[in-house]
Formats: sequence, C-alpha cells, structure tokens
Amino acid sequence: MNFTHLREKNKMNTETLKDYILEIADNSLILGQRFGELCGHGPSLETDIALTNMSLDLFGQVRSYYQYIAQLSEEEKTEDDIAFLRLERDYKNVLLVEQPNTDFGYVITRQYFFDVFHLMLMQQLQYSKDETLSAIAKKGIKEVSYHKRFSGDWLKRLGDGTKESHERVQKAVNDLWPYTNELFEMTEAATAATEAGVGVDAGQLKEPYYKEVSELLKEATLEVPESKYFHKGGKQGVHTEHMGYILSDMQFMQRTYPGMKW
Amino acid sequence: MSEKEIKNLEQIFEAKIVRDEKIEPKDWMPEKYRQTHIRQISQHAHSEIVGMLPEGNWITRAPSLRRKVALLAKVQDEAGHGLYLYSACETLGISRDELYEQLHSGKAKYSSIFNYPTLTWADMGAIGWLVDGAAIINQVPLCNTSFGPYARAMVRVCKEESFHQRQGYEIMLTLCNGTPEQKEMAQDALNRWWWPSLMMLGPTDDESVHTAQSMKWKLKRKTNDELRQQFIDQTVPQADILGITIPDPDLKWDEETGHYDFGPIDWDEFWQVVKGHGPCNKERISARVNAWNNGEWVRDAAMAYAEKQQAKKVEKAS
Repeated sequence: MNFTHLREKNKMNTETLKDYILEIADNSLILGQRFGELCGHGPSLETDIALTNMSLDLFGQVRSYYQYIAQLSEEEKTEDDIAFLRLERDYKNVLLVEQPNTDFGYVITRQYFFDVFHLMLMQQLQYSKDETLSAIAKKGIKEVSYHKRFSGDWLKRLGDGTKESHERVQKAVNDLWPYTNELFEMTEAATAATEAGVGVDAGQLKEPYYKEVSELLKEATLEVPESKYFHKGGKQGVHTEHMGYILSDMQFMQRTYPGMKW
Repeated sequence: MSEKEIKNLEQIFEAKIVRDEKIEPKDWMPEKYRQTHIRQISQHAHSEIVGMLPEGNWITRAPSLRRKVALLAKVQDEAGHGLYLYSACETLGISRDELYEQLHSGKAKYSSIFNYPTLTWADMGAIGWLVDGAAIINQVPLCNTSFGPYARAMVRVCKEESFHQRQGYEIMLTLCNGTPEQKEMAQDALNRWWWPSLMMLGPTDDESVHTAQSMKWKLKRKTNDELRQQFIDQTVPQADILGITIPDPDLKWDEETGHYDFGPIDWDEFWQVVKGHGPCNKERISARVNAWNNGEWVRDAAMAYAEKQQAKKVEKAS
C-alpha cells in the first residue's frame, strides 16, 4: 500500500490520527489475543475453526492499521513495535475486549456486543477521507459481517437452547453489559478525526446499536439488562486487572529478547 | 450370507486392491479392514487435534504479528485435518462422539510426539521442521492408500503439511541466522525434538504388529524402519544448512549403503510415552476431556435450538 499521499492531504494532526487508529486497532488486537487462548479448547472442532478464523481476521486488520501507523511515524517503527512494545497505559482498547474467556457464553456474548459495534463502525469508516482507513474498513466489512452472523446465531442458540445455556448466557449478558457503553465514548482524538472527516462519530451509533442488540437478545429469549451503570477507561489507557496478564503473555518474547528478528 | 458368497466378495475386494482401485464406504469390505481403518484414521485424527495443544501453547506468546498469524493458521489447519479425518472415519460406521470417547478413555492412541512439552519459541520451528517433516514421510504414501475417503483426505493434508514444514524450517533458519541466543534456542529445540521425532515413525519393524497386514491393504507402503531412514537422510543435510548439530554422536554417512548410520533409539522412553507416562500425556488428555466436558452444555444448546426451530417449521407448514 502507498501511504505517502496521506501526510500531504491530511490536515489532521498526525499524532491525533495515530491515536485514533490505535483506538480502533487495539480492540482487534486484544480480542484476537483472547481468541488465541482458546485454540484447541472449544466445545467442538467447528467452533475452534470458526474462532480461529475470526482471530485471523482481527490480526489481519491489526497489521494493516499498525503498518499504517508505522508509516505515519517520524521515527523508524514496525508493526511489531506498536503491537508489542507499548506500556499498558498506551493501549487504547475498550474494556469489553479484554474481559476473560470465562466460558463459551462469555466468549460469544463479548463477541456479539463487539461485532455489532464493529460492523457499524466499519460501515461508516469506509467513507473516511483517509483512503487507507477507508480501504481497511471496506475489507473489514465482509469479515466483520461474518463475525456478527456467527456470534449472533450462537447467542440465539444459547439463549433459546436449554435451561442451562439460557441461564449461563444470561449471566454473561448481564456481566458484560456494563462494558458496552464505552464503545460510544468520544475521545479527543475521535472527535478531531470526526471533524476532519476521517473518523466516525461513535455517539451516533449508540441508539441503533442498543436497538439492534436488544432485538436480538429478545429473539434469543434473553432479558435486556436494565442497568445504567457502565464502566469505561480503556480508551484512556486505564484498563482492568486482566490487561496486565494479557500483555505479559503477548509481550513476553519481545521483552525477553529485545531487538531480535523472528 | 453363505460362506461361498463371502468368499466371492472377498475375492472382488482383493482384486480391487491389487488393481489399485479405491474401496468406497458402501463397498463390501472385510470386518478387519474396517476395524484397522477406523483404528488408523482415528489415531491420525486424534493426533491432529491433540497436536493443536503444544503449538496452541505459543499462540499468545508468538514473537511477532506475522508469526502469530502463521501459527494460528497452522493450528487451524490441524483442526481442519482433524475434521475431515473424523469425517472419513465416520464413513466406516462410527460416530465422532464414539471416537472422542475412545481418545478420552485412553483406548485410542495418538502420536506419541505430542506428549512432549513446547518450552521455547524455537519449538514451533522444530515441530514444523521435524515433526511435520516426519509426518509427511509417513503420510505421502497414504494419498494412494486403498480406502477412498482416507486417500482423498490425505491429498489435502499432505499439501498443507508440506507448507507447515517449510514454515517451521523458516523459523529455524531465522533463529540460526539471528543472535547467538537465538541459535542456542534452535539447537536446544533440535536436541529435545530429534529423538522423539525418530520414535514418531513407529517401533522397529520386528516390533511392529500391524505392518504386514497394512502393507497388503496399501495402508502402508514402506516399513517404519525404511521411513525412519528416509527421514534421517533427508533431515541431516537440512541441519547442516542451519549450522546446528544433530544430537547423535554415532551419526555418520555410510558410503556403501548410501544412507546415514545412526545411534540406538531409546525404545524404553518410546514405550513409556506410548503407555501414557510421557511428560505431558496427562495434560494433553485432560485438556481434551475438559474441552469436551465444558462444551457439553453448548452442544446440547445447539441441538435443543435446532429441534425447536425444526418444530416451528413443521408447525408453520401444517
């Protein structure tokens, strides 16, 4: 991909643009990483294959975003520097994606809550004035549509399956619900990106998001949580206690053997 | 069926095999042929899915995004292999659930190699290079085996395995061209995986109980010892290119035979691992059992949901 055109055209501050891209990309990174823990441990071979596929899609997106950030950086940087060598506070993913793989119900619910947002975001981001982001979004739409179909279908199966599955997945829905609202929080970078025609006004996605999610939950015979108490912080780099462990696994090689090629 | 009729069917069956024609699931086959194939194909399928575990162990710690994606894709391929091998096996009249049950209870075996731990990143290279290398040698002849579904599955499996092997070798090559620490990591991995890889090709010919019958059915084209020699002859020059040393002081080229001579294999270790007492046998099986048990409510939910949907359809139609 040729990225050079962007520096000239883009009136937006490059650092802000990079922050905005991280906000989007880090979600895919951490969620992909969570999937990576599951490979070979799922309820069936078919779901193992599907979850691995989604993980591959997410890491593919991550690489495109980080390669772009590396291009935008003044100093010499690679996608791996960005993926592996930041401090916890510099990761901008939402808290939702770092929540653990408690059971398949949590995995699916976390995925569905993210996918609905992710698809809406990609559908808007394809119109970004930033050609690279637009291209990544266009490619992502196909992938994320599949993710949403997968997680949505499973949510229905679990919700409207057996009594046990219904109870389990309802618990997952209740526990993960407080992490949904952060998806729509606008940071300074996001606001600037939106004003420049580069980013997406996530706030506008909120209403259609809750409408769509609530409809599916009802179809899955699940209750839509009424709680109005939500968590946030991820976009500011203030994460949950899970994040440190995710990073210590993920960064292990790069931290233990600094500066080596693999 | 009269004895004469059976004799007749047997003759048709034998003649087909001699003519290199495929036996298909609906064809008549001797019960022993069926059982042997269930045993071998399921053993192969189990090896694929247990084999996901030692490599899956490094997905979250892969050193770069490129390596992470490649490793994920590789482990996914293994799940895919498992899937179509189980499917091939199911055509012989046994269900995947029954096959899992045999794995979980210890009745069915899987490749002994996966009972060794993956301790460093270099193990991802060594497994690809050596373990997949040995697997290919074992499996390429199976693309022409007599049972149709198995032969066809193996064509695809072999293509992917050979990609995995190159990928593993490339990991090793990168390490060996890297820092002294990286090269040491590669050497250490070779030291630990070399002998188990040789064992993976099975007991020596005089100890191998199934060889004769399997050769007749083209389920095997070469003996274990022949395959092992082929593997060694192929791998030694590759280690030379890497600049690392195969941990066998007796290894030397024999001009006369045109093969490498090699030192004695510790068969006691092999049988210990096969009998369930290797370094990770318990971990591997309990990981599979846990995945299965923890997934039960999910599978039940999927069934219940499907039944409800079906009932709704019927209700609508009537």
